Amino acid sequence: MSNAVSALNGATWTQGIATVTEVPLQGMITLRGQLTDAKVQKAATSAASLEMPERGRANCVDDRGICWMSPDELLILCSYDQVSNKLEQMQDTLGNTHSLCVDVSDARALFDVSGAHARDVLAKLVPVDLAPDQFTSGMFRRTRMAQVPAAFWLHDTDRFRIICFRSQAQYVFDLLKTASATGSAVN
Amino acid sequence: MLILTCPYCGQTGEETEFHAGGEAHLKRFGPGSTDSDFEEYLFMRENPKGVHFERWRHVYGCGKWFHAARCTTTLEVFGTYSAQVTEPPKEICDKISEKRPGWSWGAFS
Repeated sequence: MSNAVSALNGATWTQGIATVTEVPLQGMITLRGQLTDAKVQKAATSAASLEMPERGRANCVDDRGICWMSPDELLILCSYDQVSNKLEQMQDTLGNTHSLCVDVSDARALFDVSGAHARDVLAKLVPVDLAPDQFTSGMFRRTRMAQVPAAFWLHDTDRFRIICFRSQAQYVFDLLKTASATGSAVN
Repeated sequence: MLILTCPYCGQTGEETEFHAGGEAHLKRFGPGSTDSDFEEYLFMRENPKGVHFERWRHVYGCGKWFHAARCTTTLEVFGTYSAQVTEPPKEICDKISEKRPGWSWGAFS
């Protein structure tokens, strides 16, 4: 078995106004199908052991989660080692339902931005209102981060999780480092 | 700057999160049509000062295509609606009539 390595091998940066970490090896499964279908819902909820999120929202606890990506797409988060088991389970649950689920863990990168200035750092990069009363816990937003697509949610108070494509991980890491440079706080 | 709301995912974003897809509600004339119909379909476009209907794609978001009704002079967006229609829904037309009485666009008014 080959040694699985995430895009930046868990790189961390702590020299700025926020801590930027690449979260190594997060299991991710894309599930596409009619989200109102009971079997599709069951496949998602049983794989993550969480409730279905509403439109534009995500339910995430630790390394498990269900993220609403579009009217016909969910992203299931689970631990990296469990992906193949979960996939099998989901395929059993789905049966002949018109749907698709596939392991995308190695196609994406996950970042964690934390600290009192985490909101400011992210707000510099995305065209989204991140005011504390506008972007609240449980929301999930797909948008662009400078020049690349990204999706993020509030994982905890002052802690954002950001998903991007693996090939763009270095770009996103550099971007987050620049946006959290010392002395760049927004007051 | 245009502020659009995607009718599929409900997210409101500014125009760089979306991609413009040209004029809305074109009727396709393919093989077997007359030359003038084909020319009209392929090349002739509305270029209004005022009310306009366009296709947009939520390219950095859910990836879905949708329709938008907007004003080309003020960038006011009257509304966005599903891509699975061949003409603007009544509530969008009513909203435009309220703000731009007597408007017309192609075959719609």
